[in-house]
Parts: sequence; structure tokens; C-alpha cells
Amino acid sequence: MSNTDHSQAIQDAVQTALTDKTTLNIQGGNTKQFYGRRIQGRPLDVSVHRGIVSYEPTELVLTARCGTALREIEQALDKHNQMLPFEPPHFGDTATLGGAVASGLSGPRRPYSGAVRDNVLGVKIINGKGQILSFGGEVMKNVAGYDASRLMAGAMGTLGILLEVSIKVLPKPATEITIARSADAAQAIQLMTEWTGQYLPVSATYHDGKELYIRLSGNNKAIESAKRIIGSDSVDWSDMFWYNLREQANSFFMDDLPLWRLSLPAATTPLQLQGDVVMEWDGGLRWLKSSATADNIRSLVNAAGGHAILFRNGDRDSDIFNPLSAGLLNIHKNLKQAFDPQGIFNPQRLYAEF
Amino acid sequence: MNQASKPVPDQDIALRLAQRLGAVLPAESLLSSAEELRPYECDGLSAYRRLPLMVALPETTEQVQHILRVCRELEVPVVARGAGTGLSGGALPLENGLLLSLTKFNRILEIDAHNHCARVQPGVRNLAISEAVAAHNLYYAPDPSSQIACSIGGNVAENSGGVHCLKYGLTVHNIMALEIVTIDGEVLSLGSRALDSAGYDLLALMTGSEGMLGVITEITVKLLPNPERAQVLLAAFDDVQKAGDAVATLIGAGIIPAGLEMMDNPAIRAAEDFVHAGYPVDAAAILLCELDGTNDEVSIEIKRVRDVLLKAGATEVRTAENDQQRASFWAGRKSAFPAVGRISPDYYCMDGTIPRKHIAHVLKRISELSEECGLQVANVFHAGDGNLHPLILYDANTPGELEKAEDFGAKILELSIEVGGTITGEHGVGIEKINQMCVQFSSDELTQFHAIKAAFDPYGLLNPGKAVPTLHRCAEFGAMHVHGGKLPHPELPRF
Ligand SMILES: Cc1cc2nc3c(=O)[nH]c(=O)nc-3n(C[C@H](O)[C@H](O)[C@H](O)COP(=O)(O)OP(=O)(O)OC[C@H]3O[C@@H](n4cnc5c(N)ncnc54)[C@H](O)[C@@H]3O)c2cc1C
Repeated sequence: MSNTDHSQAIQDAVQTALTDKTTLNIQGGNTKQFYGRRIQGRPLDVSVHRGIVSYEPTELVLTARCGTALREIEQALDKHNQMLPFEPPHFGDTATLGGAVASGLSGPRRPYSGAVRDNVLGVKIINGKGQILSFGGEVMKNVAGYDASRLMAGAMGTLGILLEVSIKVLPKPATEITIARSADAAQAIQLMTEWTGQYLPVSATYHDGKELYIRLSGNNKAIESAKRIIGSDSVDWSDMFWYNLREQANSFFMDDLPLWRLSLPAATTPLQLQGDVVMEWDGGLRWLKSSATADNIRSLVNAAGGHAILFRNGDRDSDIFNPLSAGLLNIHKNLKQAFDPQGIFNPQRLYAEF
Repeated sequence: MNQASKPVPDQDIALRLAQRLGAVLPAESLLSSAEELRPYECDGLSAYRRLPLMVALPETTEQVQHILRVCRELEVPVVARGAGTGLSGGALPLENGLLLSLTKFNRILEIDAHNHCARVQPGVRNLAISEAVAAHNLYYAPDPSSQIACSIGGNVAENSGGVHCLKYGLTVHNIMALEIVTIDGEVLSLGSRALDSAGYDLLALMTGSEGMLGVITEITVKLLPNPERAQVLLAAFDDVQKAGDAVATLIGAGIIPAGLEMMDNPAIRAAEDFVHAGYPVDAAAILLCELDGTNDEVSIEIKRVRDVLLKAGATEVRTAENDQQRASFWAGRKSAFPAVGRISPDYYCMDGTIPRKHIAHVLKRISELSEECGLQVANVFHAGDGNLHPLILYDANTPGELEKAEDFGAKILELSIEVGGTITGEHGVGIEKINQMCVQFSSDELTQFHAIKAAFDPYGLLNPGKAVPTLHRCAEFGAMHVHGGKLPHPELPRF
């Protein structure tokens, strides 16, 4: 596919929607269509707006148009031995940068090198008035104006169409290995809490119910000493293991039951939830397969200081995302109004109220 | 000095405000005599001074709620203030406004060693957090040079950075939750101890919002385990250009040091005279490069960095052999601002951030500009992040020098934008850089910022006139500063 600037065409489509009073369903690679609430709207394909605009390895910054395939970006980075710090899930070959940022989903490396929002440096967007706006930039530190760039991460396209994103990239670690230990959930949480309290080169964790897998990244010496501290039972050298976790392609995720994404304070002891649970992020991210009611799940998760997203296989006309307090909902509605006064972008994808 | 319009304080409003606030605040928490107000007339940017109508010193969230409700009803603007070390006039009072000081919010409320975080009040000093959690082998990473004095609330409001932000991120990367009070007196809780929260990322939006969106009354900060070892290298260069290029080379080699700072010759000399750190006073520039991690990791990296620096043309590379040496290498850097303060009656600190590859070019332009306007500059800055801090030396008592310094500063900021950077990396816009906002952003972008503010503060009562200029102001500024033959906002009517 050719690299082209389609911002004019996208801007025209927004203008038309404003005139016609129609709503738009913004689509990138269509790999995350399953995520969020069901929406009505004229499909707007933004994947044609693609291409890496600039990438200078010594600056640790890459700027690309929203429709650029994640895979293309990762290949470009790979040539210079660099990577996207947040290890985003693709969920399909066509996944785009815009979709990764809008959905705000980060992969196994998240607790150690930051989430999508931590690595967004700047954005160019079209707001709901059809204006092209730039916020942030390509530098590491920037406090001029409100941080509208990070606000776009996870907003599910409800505040504007991402045209371009500048992201911080990182050098790849010299070596990565995976080790595993047997542990039940409570033991695993305890172990991970202990490790995160020390300076260790951990870059991913996964607990499948019985085994705790730990990825170590860095130079050989650092990895060797960490192995001694953690005490490994077995070693698995395969990158596929983490790839399959990131892409939800391992056996746990092969299921039609509703899949819940629980974000919790990492040290939270196992919750009394009905269903199977696996953990990532030192315990901070837990996946639950369960047909329990949303109220039942959320009351436990909220009480523990977390939030629960109905990630897959749920009723997409219900609350997919954890309901907000009245005060926060109010601010959300005001912000939506500030960016998209006519409510044309992905209405109700995030919450039924806007 | 650009003067904001000066409404005459309304005696009647002052009385009513005092009455209403007095209902919930003890007398000693409300200041109104000129003598009592004086300490609050400015922040760290002392060229701008103004007395507020009144100062309130609440100590509970309920009191803050009450104060904001009263101010909304009486339409009195509110300026929040932490420790007042800000360098952009963010906490500069308004004559017709209330100054809300958060210094009494000075308690560490909870240390959660399991989830590696601490819940603190906004008036707690930055360094006090790391001191309080040291027993758990934890620390709070962002370390502004002002860390012994500045408040964590101010850090959040400015998204402050420090020497260790290259590797560990800015304030926005190191906080987990906030409690804020809106202008309507409502308490909102943003973020959580989990790694993400439902809805929009309001935590990020609040960070760096300069007291314009809400008053921060509680902060949950993320804590990191102390590295097993930290070691610092000092590299001397006989040419500023080479030092600047060495920065890009290091990063390009895949090395992310914990800190990477640069000082030029005037800064080296000033610091050396002040703290006797043993700096090479003949060097054109030095780089301080700190590496941290496990013992083994650091041993390997130190060698690599040394090689890279020597190859990049360093005339000398020293390694701190013990903690005492490490402390003395850093002492010069950390006291560079006061050190410069000793050699010049006044200095004006800029904060532009640029792509690293342009460091050498921009430093050269700055020294040319310095010659053109006859004011000296010392450079001491966060090189790894491309965050420049040129210190323009001037004497406020010499007529016209302040204006000259401001003009010079404005040129540096515009130069930063020209090379693809920003006017402020960590000090904020405040009142100081408000005109340069007109250069960096279009009217549509500024209008979007105003809409964001209105989503939180529709009455425009929180720190009005700071951080985001009105389009009117930009039009006036544009009329004065025609840039490269182009008016910055050609679409606006000229007044
Ligand atoms: C010698 C020196 C060195 C410095 N070094 C650095 C450095 O290395 N890195 C860096 O980033 N900065 C540095 N600074 C700047 C300054 O210390 C920071 O901006 C700091 O975060 C300000 O904190 P403060 O408590 O003094 O805030 P103040 O100056 O009191 O206020 C700053 C802004 O925050 C708002 N504010 C304060 N508290 C609250 C609250 N609770 N709720 C809402 N809004 C609030 C104010 O309205 C104002 O807009 C330095 C300053 C000095 C004087």
C-alpha cells in the first residue's frame, strides 16, 4: 500500500458529516472492532492515511500517520534495534498505530516501560469542528498548553480523529530470557510484590494459575544475577510465548465465555470471583473468564480499588467500561462537548451518555 | 514587563470574602494586611510582583471546597500556590483574587509498600517523600533541582522534571492518583493504584495544567526501588559542539543513562567557585552522565559509556569512585542556579526543549545572540532530554536591561520552536511565556485549550490569564512581533 497523506479527504468527510448531521464510525485496521460498545455511524476508513513521517533513531522518536500498520512501524524500528516500549497488542495483521493509541491497550512490558499514554509525545488530530490541531510534539518534555496528546490515548476516538502520532521509542534490550516457577495465585502475587520492591530487570510476568513466567531483559550479567535472586525452575527461550500472550492467542483465551479485563492494585490478593483468572503486570492486570454478572464482578473489583472492562464476548449494548462517578461523568461529557460539540465521533463507543 | 489589566480591588468584595471565608477558617489562616501578603507577591520569577486581595491557608479538603464555592459565588479568581518556587509566574497573585496557599497540607498520609506508592498532601516537599520512604528501600524518582523546597502539588501542576527523568520519566509518569477540588467545590478522584482507570486520562490532563483546572488536594505517587548501584561519569570537552553531539551519539548507541546533564564554561566556573566540586574550569563544556541498575549492569555500562564519550572527543572522562565523589560531581550541577546568582545581580532562566540533534546548533545561536545583545549567558541543562536552561545574566537596576533580557529570552524560545521544539519543557508557561504560546499554537489550538479549561472551570476563575493566552492577546502580540514577514495570526482582526 502506498504512503499517502489523506488528511484533506478525512477533513472533508468530517465536514460532510457535520453538514449531514450524521455520526462517524472511525475505522483503522478494523482489528479492535470487538472492543467497546456497539456504535451506529457511517464508517470512515482512516487506514488509507498512512506512512512513517519521520523516524530518527538517535532522537528516540517516531512520527507516523494514524493508518500506518503497527507491523510496518515495528519493522522500521527493528532495523535500528529499537522497539515500541508499550508492546501493543495487534489483534490482527492490519492493526494501525491510530487504533493502538485510540484503544490505549498496552502489552506485557507496560509496568516496566510505560503504557501507550506514557509514550505519546504529540498528536495531530481533527476535532469535531473539522479543524486540524497539533498538540505536544517530538521532544521528550513539553508542558506548553494542556496535555491533549495523552488525553487521546484510550479515548476510543471519541474526542477526535488521530491523524498523526509522535511516540517515544526505546532501544531493545541486549538479551531477553524467560524463566518460570510453580506458584498458586496467592504465592505468585506475593513473589511479584517482593521482586518489584527490588531493582530487577523484569520486563514481563504471566501467571496461568499454576506457573509464574518471568521475562528478564538487559545485559547478560544483570540477567544472570536476577535469575539467582528469583530462583528459576526452568527456562523457555521462546519469544512466541509473550507474543501469544500479547495477542491473546494462548489456550486461556480460546474460549467463548465473556472475557473481563480487571485492572487492580498489583498486590491485591486473589478476589473471590467465579471463573478462571490469569495475571500479568505483576498482578496489576487480571483476565477473568466468567459468566458472573457485571455488578457482581465490578462490586468486588471496585472495592479493591480497580476497574473492570468487559473485553470480549459480552453484551455490547451494556456498560463495557466501568461506570464513572457522577462527577467524573460530568467532566467527561464536558470534554466531549469541548472537542466534538455535535457528537459525531464514535458516539457511545465508550459510554452510553456521550 | 507586559502588564495584565489592573482592575481596582473592590473593597466591598474584600469584606464579603473575608466574612464568608472567616466562617470556616480560623483567623490565622486568613491574611489580608499588606505586610502579611508581601511574602506571597511573587514566585521564583521575581521580576513579576503583585499583592493578592487576600491569602487563605486551608488545611482540610472541606475547607478548600468551601473556599472555592465562596469564590465562585462572589466571582473572585483563585490562584493556587505550593512552595512558590515556580519559574514562570504561575503562582503570581491577582490583585482582585484570592491566593490559596497549600503549605498547611504537609502530611504524608499513607505509605503502601506493597503497591509501591504513597498518598501525600500537596504541600509536602518533593524530597520529603523520598526521605519518608527510604526505610522501605524506595524513592520518588522525579528530582527537580528545587526538590528541597518545591511542593509535590506544584510538581504535578507543572509536570516537573529533574535530572533522573531521562530514564524514569516526568511527574506525569510517576503519579498514580489525584484528589482534586473543582471550582464548584466538588471533590473528584482521578486515577487509582491500578495501572489504568476507566474513562479519559484525566490524570494526564491535570498534570501540567498550572492550577487552571482544579485544586489538587491529594496525590498518590509511584515509588521505585533504589537501584543497587549508581555511578556518575564526568566528561570534559574543549568544544561545546562536540559535547552537544556526544549526547546524540550516546542515545543513538542505545544507552539511556539515568541522567545526562550538560554545563558550559560560564556555568562550570560559577559552580566551581561556589561549591568547589573539582570541575575542570578550562573545559568548554562538561557532561555528567549517571548510570544506575544492578551492580553487574553498571560495571558493563560504565565501560561502554566511557568509550563512547572518548570517541566523541572528550578530552577527559572521570568516574566517581565512591558516594562522596558522586555527591561532589552532582553538587556543582545541583547548585548551578544559585552559583550563577552569585556572579550576576539577576538571571533569567529559559526552558526551551529541542530535538537533541540540534543542541550544538542552538547553543551556537544562543552565543551569537548573546554577543548581539551584550548580555552574558550560562548554560546548564538536561541534555539527555534536549531541555535547555540558558541563564541570561542581567542587572535589573540598570535601566533597560530587564527588557533586553526578556527580548533575548523570547528570541531563544522562538529559536526552540523553529528547530521543532517547544517553549517550555518543565517550568510551565505561567505568565512569562504567554506571548510565545501565540507563536507555538494556532488560534484553533488555543481555542481548543480554552474549551478544555471551560470543561472544568466554565467561569474562568482558576488562575485566569495564565498558561493559555486569549486570541485578543495574541493578535496584539502578533501586531508587535511580525515574525519572518508573517503575522502569526493573520486571520484575526488587528486592534
Ligand atoms: C533554583 C530552582 C531550581 C529549579 N529546578 C527545577 C527543575 O530541575 N525541574 C523543574 O521542573 N522545575 C524546577 N524549578 C521550578 C519549580 O521548582 C517547579 O516548577 C516546582 O514544581 C514548583 O513547585 P511549587 O510548589 O514551588 O509550586 P508554585 O510555584 O507554588 O506553583 C506552581 C504552579 O502550580 C500551581 N499549583 C501549586 N500547587 C497547586 C495545587 N495544589 N493545586 C493546583 N495547582 C497548584 C500554581 O498555581 C502555579 O501555577 C526550579 C526552581 C528553582 C527556584
